[in-house]
Amino acid sequence: MLSRLSFGVQRKIVIIGFIMIPLVLLLTFAYYPALELIRLSFTNWDGLSPDMQWVGFENYREVFRNPEIFGVFWHNLAYFVIGIIQNILAIYFAVILNSRLKGKHFFRLLLFLPYILNGVAVAYLFGYVFDTTQGSLNLFLGSLGLPSDTSWLGSESFVNYTLASIGLWRYMGFNMVIYLAALQSIPADIYEAASIDGASGWQKFRFITLPNIYRIIELNLFLTVTGALEVFDIPFVLTNGGPAGASETFVMKIIETAFQFNNYGLASAMSVVLLVIVVAVLSIQRYFLNRGDQ
Amino acid sequence: MGNENKIWTGLKYLSLLLAVFVVLFPPYVIVVNAFKTKDEFFNKTSLQLPESFVNFGNFVEAFRQADMGTAFGNTLIIVVVTLLLNILLGSAFCYAVGRFQFRFRGLLVGLFLFATIIPQITTQVVNYKTILSLGLTNNLMGPVLLYIGADILQIYIYLQFIRNIPYELDESALLEGASLFRIYATIIFPLLAPATATIVILKTINIYNDMFVPFLYLPRAEHVVVSTSLMRFFGTNSGDWQMVSSAILIIMIPTAVMYLFLQRYIFAGVTNGAVK
Repeated sequence: MLSRLSFGVQRKIVIIGFIMIPLVLLLTFAYYPALELIRLSFTNWDGLSPDMQWVGFENYREVFRNPEIFGVFWHNLAYFVIGIIQNILAIYFAVILNSRLKGKHFFRLLLFLPYILNGVAVAYLFGYVFDTTQGSLNLFLGSLGLPSDTSWLGSESFVNYTLASIGLWRYMGFNMVIYLAALQSIPADIYEAASIDGASGWQKFRFITLPNIYRIIELNLFLTVTGALEVFDIPFVLTNGGPAGASETFVMKIIETAFQFNNYGLASAMSVVLLVIVVAVLSIQRYFLNRGDQ
Repeated sequence: MGNENKIWTGLKYLSLLLAVFVVLFPPYVIVVNAFKTKDEFFNKTSLQLPESFVNFGNFVEAFRQADMGTAFGNTLIIVVVTLLLNILLGSAFCYAVGRFQFRFRGLLVGLFLFATIIPQITTQVVNYKTILSLGLTNNLMGPVLLYIGADILQIYIYLQFIRNIPYELDESALLEGASLFRIYATIIFPLLAPATATIVILKTINIYNDMFVPFLYLPRAEHVVVSTSLMRFFGTNSGDWQMVSSAILIIMIPTAVMYLFLQRYIFAGVTNGAVK
């Protein structure tokens, strides 16, 4: 039936018909909220009442001045530090699994496994590992004769590092698989030529491998930075921000401000700040990437 | 030289075994404790093996108490509806964008790709309001709408894939008088099958593992999904570690099994989605 219509008409129907719904959804759930956030961030809307007042930059002043809000980013720093270690480990294991090695498929399968497990389940799993008195980590350390009474999740000074190490457990394999794919795309004859010229293993890594996976390192670092900025589920489920707010992350603070304290204006301003930081990180990365191409 | 190589190989295996130990240690503890009775749990350390690995009492009890029947049912409904819409809308969209040149095409694709950098977690403050005004809070279709509206993984994967389907196929079908819709439905869509498989698997895992959206949009007990059922169960049984362990295991097993059987698609999807 449709084939009786001219090609031009069909083309128009397909283009408009096939594009409309996804476009409307995208605008509604990605772009409209981003713009609406900006508008709400200048108001004192409480999420319920029909009217809201324009408060100018008051919310932004609050975000940057109140150390209880902006200072929370210090907690996110732990996730960044551990994220860097995670990337170094991921490159190391990717290089190893890219060499001639027995059982490398098995190792890849196993190291990636944590990534696909349910986040809530992972959080409680580690609740058990890190428990002070009955936790399996302290038991294990005790059996090795090491101090076994560390309160992994109860210490304000390193609770964030404990939580971030769960992220390392979860995502190292993911980074590794991406690095591995990049390594596999480097032509083998470059390495052969280098071997003939007498290059050592380290020299090959330094002068062939690293330059070839440079872009992927940057991509992974970007994922690490944004991941560190947007941490939510593990601390939310496991410590709910405790002890005494020491493990609260910025996103948790946003959710709390909006949905518990009904301060949508302030929560929107916080969201905009986060959005701007993420876009800035991406732009910087793009800038360096493009410069590297020239 | 030979000795140096041997040491290096030894170090490689040693570090891999260490990594395997670190990866498996936490699940190991859960597995051994999930099979312990209450008495056993108090009389043994948490690293010791249970008396028997066929003591499924905890699993039955956890499944019942956490209302996991309902939870798995709800998750299944959300996954199936989301996937159907995602595949249909995503593949059609990529057919239109991948096969035709038109004004604003570049802008349109750019709009979709740029959206990936807006952190979804930040826009929830507004999306909550939107879902509320559509009357879809406390409705399984609320999360469905968010999963198909704000996530563009399927478009990313289909777009990459459709480029590799030769245009000559479309041309010869056109010459034989097939309509464009027919070409999409009988030629392009079937050829996109590997991409569809990847999308089905990755999205299923993503939705199954998501806690944030159901926690925010489906607070009622009747709408419990897998992630939130575990949170509720933990809330009332936090002291009963052998019970919690079995609940954790029940929830981890489906994606782990899926992963073992479909790893090829998962690795392909992860590397395609990230690299490029």
